Amino acid sequence: MLAKRIIPCMDVTAGRVVKGVSFVELRDAGDPVEIAKRYDEQGADELTFLDITASSDDRSIIFHIIEKVAEQVFIPLTVGGGVREVQDVRNLLNAGADKVSINTSAVVNPQLVADAAGRYGSQCIVVAIDAKQIAPGKWEVFTHGGRKATGLDAVEWAIKMQTLGAGEILLTSMDQDGQKKGFDLALTRAVTDALEIPVIASGGVGNLQHLADGVTQGGADAVLAASIFHFGEYTVQQAKQHMAQQGIEVRL
Amino acid sequence: MVDIAIVDYGMGNLRSVYQAVRKVAPDANVVVSGEAEVIASAKRVVFPGQGAAPDCMREIRERGLDKVIATTAAGGKPFLGICMGLQVLFEHSEEGDTPCLGIIPGQVTRFAHGLKDAQGRKLKVPHMGWNGVNHADHPLWEGIEQDERFYYVHSYYVQPLDKDIVQGTSDYPQPFVCAVSRGNLFAVQFHPEKSASAGLKLLKNFVNWNPV
Repeated sequence: MLAKRIIPCMDVTAGRVVKGVSFVELRDAGDPVEIAKRYDEQGADELTFLDITASSDDRSIIFHIIEKVAEQVFIPLTVGGGVREVQDVRNLLNAGADKVSINTSAVVNPQLVADAAGRYGSQCIVVAIDAKQIAPGKWEVFTHGGRKATGLDAVEWAIKMQTLGAGEILLTSMDQDGQKKGFDLALTRAVTDALEIPVIASGGVGNLQHLADGVTQGGADAVLAASIFHFGEYTVQQAKQHMAQQGIEVRL
Repeated sequence: MVDIAIVDYGMGNLRSVYQAVRKVAPDANVVVSGEAEVIASAKRVVFPGQGAAPDCMREIRERGLDKVIATTAAGGKPFLGICMGLQVLFEHSEEGDTPCLGIIPGQVTRFAHGLKDAQGRKLKVPHMGWNGVNHADHPLWEGIEQDERFYYVHSYYVQPLDKDIVQGTSDYPQPFVCAVSRGNLFAVQFHPEKSASAGLKLLKNFVNWNPV
């Protein structure tokens, strides 16, 4: 049967992998191509790159990185950050991305999701949702790296994105991100139960049990983590073994 | 002389397929081409594809590639279909009620809504991720263990009328056909170009394959 996926995520700026805490305080984690190769060797199921470059001058760097990774790593690559129009999707796919993640632009222009899915297929369109709890059992969508409230309900928004053609949802809890206390399991469960497409849980992983909980309690189809892998606390292989011990199907 | 032609009909990302084929055949002349003459002249043909069946079929027909794909798939040279390059070989796809190339008798069907696993948990569609493959005995599976995992992303699966052509199945939750072969033709639902070492092994077997 289908395995639950473990996806290391690399935030990239100025050609380096960095990691922040709750979207601020960046810490250098190394060269993206080297890190990607390491995760591939450890058995990562996919890799995600988020270009967090602020300046548009530096935007070409991510293409170069993706080209280098795609020459050497033969697992699915997702790239997000700064995708504003269908042409951006095309450029990233041409550089070697298999999927493109759309976040702020999906809110600004939902038609972009429909257009991109219509042109390149739902299989390559991931909609990233940054959500923050505003009441018990209620989460709001934020954009612009978590700085801007949208007034949108996260679950309703996810359903709308599925309807417009998203092939997958990358769901990040802004409350949990960088806190190392585990995913927002209630948020993950609420979104995954509402959808037919796969959901990747993100934000808050501090140990291997958190990854397992994302699947068993959150109902996630895939789990994403950054810092626990970047700084050598755990390998992807260790994460998979831990999940397998709890009866979760993984690719070992 | 073109050793391996990767058929380009504007659907999906061929760069991954190109990179992976280059990796397993570093000395071969590999081209990505949408020209019928180039495809017809190549020693081996890889027929990938992503996206929706109606778009794929429209692009294939508009570019005048349906004939060369049919002749090549039915002819003597090794031919590898991947993902949509498997599905459109069949007669008809439920996706957009699309007549396909009709090279292989059978239909392409969507995974049912409301699928559940043995524990009663919801199964998502698209079927996305790494699933084990139970395979038959064929040169393209050489060195690949039973239940080896390959990477999938699809919502539709093929149902060949002739069960003798089935070369592999995966479970979701029921077994579905993920590989077929007939003479010089071999086609798979998963993405060998994105299936790490197992996928590269299958591609390597393809570039070394000499069907009789």
